Amino acid sequence: MRKLEVDKILEKNGWSKNKIVGILQDIQDSYSYLPEDILIYISEKLNIPLSQIYSISTFYRAFSLKPKGKYRIKVCLGTACHVRGGYMIAEFLKNKFGILPGETTEDGLFSFDTVNCLGACAIGPIVVINEKYYGQMDVRKTEKIIKGLENEKNKQF
Amino acid sequence: MKKINSFEELEKLRKKLKGIKDKEKIIISVCMETGCIAAGSEEIYRELRKEIKKVKNKEIKVIKTGCHGFSEVDPAIVIYPEKIFYIRLSPNDVKEIIEKTIKKGEIVERLTYKDEKGQIIPYLDQIPFYKKQKRLVLSLNGLIDPENIEDYIYYGGYTALSKVLSGMSPEEVIEEIKKSGLRGRGGGGFPTGKKWEYCRKAEGYPKYVICNADEGDPGAFMDRSVIEGNPHSVIEGMIIGAYAIGSNEGYVYIRHEYPLALKRLKIAIEQAREYGFLGENILGSGFSFDIDIVRGGGAFVCGESTALMASIEGKVGEPRAKYIHTVEKGLYEKPTCLNNVETWANVPFIINNGWEKFAEIGTDTSKGTKIFSLVGKVKNTGLVEVPMGITLREIIFDIGGGIKENKKFKGVQTGGPSGGVIPEKYLDLPVDFDRLNEVGSMMGSGGMIVMDEDTCMVDVARYFLNFLKEESCGKCVPCREGINQMLEILNRITQGKGKKEDIEILKEISDFMQKASLCALGTTAPNPVLTTITYFYDEYINHIEQKKCSAGVCKDLIEYFVNTEKCTGCTLCAKNCPVNAIEGERKKIHKINKEKCIKCGICFTICKFNAIERK
Ligand SMILES: Cc1cc2nc3c(=O)[nH]c(=O)nc-3n(C[C@H](O)[C@H](O)[C@H](O)COP(=O)(O)O)c2cc1C
Ligand code: SF4
Ligand code: FES
Repeated sequence: MRKLEVDKILEKNGWSKNKIVGILQDIQDSYSYLPEDILIYISEKLNIPLSQIYSISTFYRAFSLKPKGKYRIKVCLGTACHVRGGYMIAEFLKNKFGILPGETTEDGLFSFDTVNCLGACAIGPIVVINEKYYGQMDVRKTEKIIKGLENEKNKQF
Repeated sequence: MKKINSFEELEKLRKKLKGIKDKEKIIISVCMETGCIAAGSEEIYRELRKEIKKVKNKEIKVIKTGCHGFSEVDPAIVIYPEKIFYIRLSPNDVKEIIEKTIKKGEIVERLTYKDEKGQIIPYLDQIPFYKKQKRLVLSLNGLIDPENIEDYIYYGGYTALSKVLSGMSPEEVIEEIKKSGLRGRGGGGFPTGKKWEYCRKAEGYPKYVICNADEGDPGAFMDRSVIEGNPHSVIEGMIIGAYAIGSNEGYVYIRHEYPLALKRLKIAIEQAREYGFLGENILGSGFSFDIDIVRGGGAFVCGESTALMASIEGKVGEPRAKYIHTVEKGLYEKPTCLNNVETWANVPFIINNGWEKFAEIGTDTSKGTKIFSLVGKVKNTGLVEVPMGITLREIIFDIGGGIKENKKFKGVQTGGPSGGVIPEKYLDLPVDFDRLNEVGSMMGSGGMIVMDEDTCMVDVARYFLNFLKEESCGKCVPCREGINQMLEILNRITQGKGKKEDIEILKEISDFMQKASLCALGTTAPNPVLTTITYFYDEYINHIEQKKCSAGVCKDLIEYFVNTEKCTGCTLCAKNCPVNAIEGERKKIHKINKEKCIKCGICFTICKFNAIERK
């Protein structure tokens, strides 16, 4: 296991039980999900019941217990994006990938989530792919970008 | 930089900065925050830096700033001192700007804002979007580099803190805030001075101050913009508040989805520490205070005070019953003062200018300004700061320029999931905490989502309940079950399976939830449903009796079909239909297979000839 890396994160948070949410966030940032073995390790090290860690991991949206895809797509379904038709983009991706929000395609290339507002409402609908924000999106533009990413993958192999 | 140890040293630094900065004759400010970056401002910034280097003139400076607010026209730049405003830029425009405007002082007309009649308006202050605004909190957004504390200091930053620490007692500070009439900007509108006073008088130590930057309302980004554009104003407000209530420890609880705000806040706090505004013995006054950042976990309910505090303690963010207020027993059971980002950011202005200057703005019961995020179907979207008392009509039509594509206004949603939709007949209502409550909505934190004829009000009610269903913590039955039941009914109505008695049942459940839920998430959850029933009753009836959605939103009540006269057989729709529901050969009229169609609307948006219609 990646004890050393995890220890570093625990160290940064002062090995403090109170910082468990922050610790899990750092883990999520590093691994893009919360691996089971790490959660068990933290539970032992900080003496927090695993059940409690599990309840925190599932309560907060920021955490995922499953690995995410190479391209992590977030579609905003905040009110401003919703009234401008953002839900159609989500609908499109569901059909395109055959997955539900929160899931990852079988080839591990795309994962797709919906989010309630990213704070860029003025140029909604918003789609975020990895860390890049795309404004004034519609189904057509989304499709184009995804095609581009798929082609990139084909080039690599 | 060496730590500043006294008030005199701070003034000395300011003088030194004046000496340096007064030489900067032309400042080109590029707004670089989440929204503007999404629109492409980073490329503009890079290109400008590159080209300006070639000019080799120390009097010209390019800085990255927080947002100027007019998001609709991003990426944009402002050239000071004249405040020339260039909009919708691409990197290719940069060379021309430098050649003409920077070198020769000429205006590049094609890059300026044009009004309805095509009249060129080159200067920022003359644009209608800005005319009716009053910028107190946002006054430095767009003028300072948020990652450079010296910019803030140069424009008078930390003078309020200096004034407080060098000559005001905590009681005097509280009195000043009380007299100003400042009320909490996080939604509830509780008088800030009173809250501080309660917390000061509460027994127990340590005491905590917290800044609520969780900004959970969808469609709202005021707090993000304040932090991304001028983080020190929030920090300065917090230090003053901490001094007033007697606290040495503070937290900012910041929303998970705001990576840039988090980054800028971190930088700002580190710089404030380095310069001696945070830490031990601030400015040699003997007062010590520091701030820690806690990242939220992406749960809406954590914006609620007790849930937020539980979350800081490392627990699941569930609210508790408030028999005892958090000003007495809050974080770790100690007296805690929680205020919203914008509330804190108002404090330096009040201290610097005196309560009178603040109280002269606004209405009897709502003083100062309020920042709104004006979004949805309005022409000029963006961030606006207006004096309290301005009417909704002025905001939406004068500042916002009216409805996009000249469609018909239907309603404006304020207050997020706790608020309601305000119909046209109340557009002349002034922005005021109490007046907005009277019509069933609320001021809320500042999201203002404009809706037009293409927005279905039943769908809006359903949308918010769906949101709340995900976000209710589930601790108490009225909220958890009430939301579920209401959502089920609304789902039915939007599917064309509604019954006439449904409306009465919705009202009944609402009544119960308002009375019996544990926290405000539950007690206010019915607001979007109740306001839409009150003001858009016909739309509900239309869905229930005629099984029609006149806005064309509710999927089960609409149908897409090909207008055979307009279809050119270009095959675009067929290629793009995700379920291959469209049949037809090239240059022949196409047909939608109703069995297969999932009504995603892709063909409708994609067709270049408007040959797909909806009924
Ligand atoms: C469900 C729920 C969510 C809330 N979300 C926020 C929020 O995101 N930001 C905020 O400042 N206040 C939020 N509030 C209000 C806070 O509980 C609290 O009243 C406020 O932060 C106090 O600051 P103020 O007096 O400066 O407004 C929320 C309240 C509830 C019930
Ligand atoms: S009202 Fe809703 S969010 Fe608040 S405590 Fe009850 S279940 Fe949780
Ligand atoms: S509603 Fe989508 S970014 Fe705010």
